Amino acid sequence: MEALFDVTLLSRLQFAFTAMFHYFFVPLSIGLGLILAIFETKAYRSRKPEDAAAAKFWVKIFTATFAVGVATGITMEFSFGTNWADYARFVGDIFGAPLAAEALFAFFLESVFLGVLVFGRNKVSPKFYMISAWLVFAGSCLSALWILIANSWMQTPAGAELAVDGSKAVITDFFAAAFNPTTIPRYGHTVTAVLTMGSFTCMAVGAFYLMKGRYLEFAKKAVKVGAAAGLASTLVLLVFAHSSAVVVSEEQPTKLAMMEGMYESEAPPLYLFGWVDEENQEVITPFAIPGGTSFLATGTFDTEFPGLNELAETEKYGDMVVEDLPVNFVFQSYHLMVAMFGLIVVVLALAFLALRKERVANNKWVQRLLVVSPAFPFVAIQAGWLTAEMGRQPWVVYPSTTGPDGVSLLTTQGVSTSVTGVEVAITLALFALVYLLLFVAWIRLVTGFIKKGPEVEAIEGSASESAASAGVFTTGFGAGAASSDEAQVLGQKASDPVLAGAGKGGE
Amino acid sequence: MDATIFQVLWYFLIFVLIAGYFVLDGFDLGAGVLYPVLAKNESERSVIRRSIGPVWDGNEVWLLTAGGALFAAFAPAYATTFSGFYLAVMLVLFGLIVRAVSLEFRAHDPAWARLWDVCFTVGSLLPALLLGVAVGNIFAGIPMDAAGNYAGVPLLGLITPFTLLTGVLGLVMFLAAGASWIALKAPKPSALQERAAKLRMPLQVAALVLFAVVTAYVFLVLKPEMAAALGAVRVVFAVAFVVAVAAALFFGVKKGCDLGSFIAQSAAAVCLVALLATSMFPNLVAASAASAGPAITLMSAAAGETTLLWMTIFTVIGLPLVLLYHVIIYRTFRGRVEA
Repeated sequence: MEALFDVTLLSRLQFAFTAMFHYFFVPLSIGLGLILAIFETKAYRSRKPEDAAAAKFWVKIFTATFAVGVATGITMEFSFGTNWADYARFVGDIFGAPLAAEALFAFFLESVFLGVLVFGRNKVSPKFYMISAWLVFAGSCLSALWILIANSWMQTPAGAELAVDGSKAVITDFFAAAFNPTTIPRYGHTVTAVLTMGSFTCMAVGAFYLMKGRYLEFAKKAVKVGAAAGLASTLVLLVFAHSSAVVVSEEQPTKLAMMEGMYESEAPPLYLFGWVDEENQEVITPFAIPGGTSFLATGTFDTEFPGLNELAETEKYGDMVVEDLPVNFVFQSYHLMVAMFGLIVVVLALAFLALRKERVANNKWVQRLLVVSPAFPFVAIQAGWLTAEMGRQPWVVYPSTTGPDGVSLLTTQGVSTSVTGVEVAITLALFALVYLLLFVAWIRLVTGFIKKGPEVEAIEGSASESAASAGVFTTGFGAGAASSDEAQVLGQKASDPVLAGAGKGGE
Repeated sequence: MDATIFQVLWYFLIFVLIAGYFVLDGFDLGAGVLYPVLAKNESERSVIRRSIGPVWDGNEVWLLTAGGALFAAFAPAYATTFSGFYLAVMLVLFGLIVRAVSLEFRAHDPAWARLWDVCFTVGSLLPALLLGVAVGNIFAGIPMDAAGNYAGVPLLGLITPFTLLTGVLGLVMFLAAGASWIALKAPKPSALQERAAKLRMPLQVAALVLFAVVTAYVFLVLKPEMAAALGAVRVVFAVAFVVAVAAALFFGVKKGCDLGSFIAQSAAAVCLVALLATSMFPNLVAASAASAGPAITLMSAAAGETTLLWMTIFTVIGLPLVLLYHVIIYRTFRGRVEA
């Protein structure tokens, strides 16, 4: 019973579950935010009804996704106080400020201009509307920056020292703390990864219509925009992924050792896949490139890195019990992420082939692959975060190589002492229920949008001239409370005063 | 230990953020609770939803900002309350989650309209009621251990006659703001607008009565120590609260001026938070008589001066931007919602 209601374990599970769920919607929101802004810009420039319809289509999918991201994001901000009170007390001086800054600088920006996107299509000028789309995207990127600052500080603390009474970490140098050794590489890595996922989602929607033979013009455009944005994102991603790995090798030796299953000190080889036999402390794999990882990290094949057993002997990492470390878990997550990158490259290559050769574009298997392709960056993103977060265990504030003395905290020391395991078990169950509801509702909604497609409606120019149709379109994408089909009919027949009048009941 | 200027500044800035939340999300939470009461058909429900649609998200960010700022400036107070009130905070959280999603999904999901309506109302009611209960607890005092952890009974331990009173006072203030907002934004003339304007009056009277009861309870039963230097300020805010509610009543009933009534109602909400801040000073979380640990004060909980300096810099840059965004959104969607 006691083990079942272990408050640290349950709190970690709850954090993992709520964060991973949240982090399905965040990458989609940021990624599709860019896609949406691109389509809005196109629509603004061309003023063509089909471009406007395409942009409107993305607004619908984007806002439904964004809403779930916002809702589940509140959980994350609250969780540091609810479940990790002792952590909050220890890091409050440093960790709280980025969270407050995120709300102040990013959330207000996003939420206000999202309001414009959802309800303001006919209330503001087309230019302002287009700018609003870019501002929402900028806000979400800014939001990611503050969160990455906060999280990176937990990975590689800097600009701080232990308070005289030892009770908490206090800030000594704001810029050193904000731009600690991992902030920039990890921010770049994160943003390019989520943009890849958004681009692939755009491409997948296009491929879906190619497969169904509907909205072919839009479909081709979506594959093209998605492939181009995807290629740009992954190219930049490579740079940041590499620098993230390098900085792990420099700053987080136990994480590096877990990623490569290194129990003993060695020049780490490069495995494509394998299995860590934790009992016998060895990696089982059919082949390995000797010194390969060493080469990637340092440029030489024979740079030795310390293994877990050696690290556990040191004062800095002495709290670590090698037998309890999730070595295989971290190894698998890391290699899964890398494997997914391989698939991402394949998808991109096929997408560009499809854009050039009609035959490839019409191939059912290529289309199917493109439709499921957002799963690859999604799995890579989740696996990457699992590597980052599990790889720093057993610490929640990691004692990095260049980190200030004493500024570290074991995960078990961070958990709330006034919360019982039973309480966390109750809320974990509630989260499972509520989030399941959200997920089902989101799927229903988004598949509905996709089925309905980027239908050209009588919008913008014509709508604003007609007083009758203004009632239908005033609230932009909010249209169609009573029935979205009804709104569409009305859109097409906006000149019919009887129908248009009926539409006023809708949103 | 004397408080520094930054500490005092941040103490009051936290309450400024709370006041911003109480005023802005106040009306949309209130509108959510009144949604099934005031709206009699689909078109009226649509009016209420659209009246808050473009603004509720930004309003809610005030809560996130207040939470983040409390974490940054007074981490022990954030840690103690959020973990101590665990199940209550989670109920507020679940309320906010389903409410946020219901507002965005409702218009596109006619098949699940009933479910989203329930989510909207219940999701509004939970925070509207529980936030007042939480404030009652930190004002009246909670039991804490020496490390500052809540040491009382989970959830049920937070409910006392006083905290119920503050919870209901908070709820009634939310409802009065909600009714005022709907009266201001619904098409005029319309049955919905009339119903909201009519309901506004008894809610405001109830707020006055509950305010008197809570004040009497504080002075006759709780008798907390209050900072003597702020005595006159407290009197000013208490009087201002009563005047503001009376003005809201006057504008609403006598003049039929919905904007004036809404502004006066909002001013009353600000006065109430100001009164709370000046009554609690310098406490952030008061300790009950049975508490082993001391109260959490702005001196004991404040972050270091470097952190507070940077937070102040953030605020100086960020707050004007935030106000600008609000001007943009409220101007864009000014006037009454179309039927």
